[in-house]
Amino acid sequence: MSPLLSVRNLRVSFPTRSGMFEAVRGVSFDLGRERLGVVGESGSGKSMTGRAILGLVRPPGRVEAERMELGGESILNLPEARMRRLRGSRISMVMQDPKFSLNPVMTVGRQIMEGYRLHTGKSRAAARDKALEMLAAVQIRDPERVFHAYPHEVSGGMGQRIMIAMMLAPDPEILIADEPTSALDVSVRNEVLRIMDRLVGARGMGLIFISHDLNLVAQFCDRVLIMYAGRVVEELPARDLHAAKHPYTQGLLNSLPRLDRPVERLAVLQRQEGWRDALPAETP
Amino acid sequence: MLTVENLDVWFGHAPERVDAVKSASFTVPQGESFGLVGESGSGKSTILRAITGLIDTWSGRVIVAGEAIAGRHRSRAFHKTVQMVFQDPYASLHPRHSVDRVLSETLYLQGMDRIDQRIARLLDQVGLGQGFRFRYPHQLSGGQRQRVAIARALAAEPKLLLLDEPTSALDVSVQAEILNLLGDIRAERGLTYVMVSHDLAVVAHMCDRLAVMREGRIVEQMDAARLRAGAAEGDYARALIAASTGYARET
Repeated sequence: MSPLLSVRNLRVSFPTRSGMFEAVRGVSFDLGRERLGVVGESGSGKSMTGRAILGLVRPPGRVEAERMELGGESILNLPEARMRRLRGSRISMVMQDPKFSLNPVMTVGRQIMEGYRLHTGKSRAAARDKALEMLAAVQIRDPERVFHAYPHEVSGGMGQRIMIAMMLAPDPEILIADEPTSALDVSVRNEVLRIMDRLVGARGMGLIFISHDLNLVAQFCDRVLIMYAGRVVEELPARDLHAAKHPYTQGLLNSLPRLDRPVERLAVLQRQEGWRDALPAETP
Repeated sequence: MLTVENLDVWFGHAPERVDAVKSASFTVPQGESFGLVGESGSGKSTILRAITGLIDTWSGRVIVAGEAIAGRHRSRAFHKTVQMVFQDPYASLHPRHSVDRVLSETLYLQGMDRIDQRIARLLDQVGLGQGFRFRYPHQLSGGQRQRVAIARALAAEPKLLLLDEPTSALDVSVQAEILNLLGDIRAERGLTYVMVSHDLAVVAHMCDRLAVMREGRIVEQMDAARLRAGAAEGDYARALIAASTGYARET
């Protein structure tokens, strides 16, 4: 089966006073109907990879790739008008903090309807039904009330569920979730993940799950890319993450305090210059 | 070292009054590291802020090193005994003050002598070294800034450090470095810590005992071994521990 999304040798660079800075340096992967985790520390290029796919890197930032195809069709540096038609209807994105991604002066219902109508051209009545249906699908107990609420009247967890409802309403093929649960408390986090898990599974979507949390990615995803300094240093099935081979991945795992494994001192990551240039480890 | 009895903290006036902390009581003996855990809005940071005098709408008894405190005013001796490290190292350092100025000002206000030597020693102690002395916050990484914030807290030679999510804004590899540093400093100086965190694994690593908070109340106190075993007495604490061990997939 051909992949939903195919990326080869993606590069994102920004001009700085001391020359070009490369935030993403040759990232390649295929995404099928699966949950793909992208993990790394701040500055590893994981968010920039997601933004590049959605065409959200603004000039003077530059995106280059040998290939960036959505369903066999190139989406590399498309004109903004064409990209805007793809964005939301075929690829959607949920960002970290719903406080900043929801419009504060528009009711939740109107925001969901707006996006849905823009991409499907359906009537107001159909959009309203869809919005209520989506709010119910993300386990909001009183969809009618939330429909008429403003973003500041809902909690962070509810805000993130609203974002998921809005993003999934036009039935995209791919959802890019950039740290979707990092701003949430653990109990709420698991609820939001459960909802995403069910919806993505039921619709056969491809999910790119960007996170700094290795354990979460190991539990939630099918496959994981580990990024360091703009490159993928290791790729492996999520359930094998704890048997990672690359010293960077191992270092990250060891530096985490764990409830089930008391240690006197935490292991500290010794960064090596070679990691910046290492090619991805072979995966069988 | 620290005794808190029936602490109530509130914001605003009736009818909009919000009770952020409701009759919280706990005791931290000298040399212990005590954790406060709970979800956002449970009142854990508010307790620290009431102790240091950043909030004055509170009632109850708070005794620090034998001295009862009240309202917003704190004595000079209090600030020599108690120092705080905040969550966001980007927000807690003045952007236009160099590391040298941050530390020398603090040392001067604390009435310390040999300021120049003390700055050098503090920087060594937090693993930064002399090379960082004349840098500004924007020339430092998040972890380095948090080291400066820790050096500033240590400048007064305190006995009790209040740590409000000291590593939650940092990458995990940097978090490990800062937690190790905090552990070393406590061992060296015999400090007492009260640490607020939402991360139970961090608290289990750093603290001897902890209190679990929910909606302003302390619902349970336990030691770290109990936390690790997931053997909380109450349903809420048990659910919190279970939730923080991760996500179980359905498909």
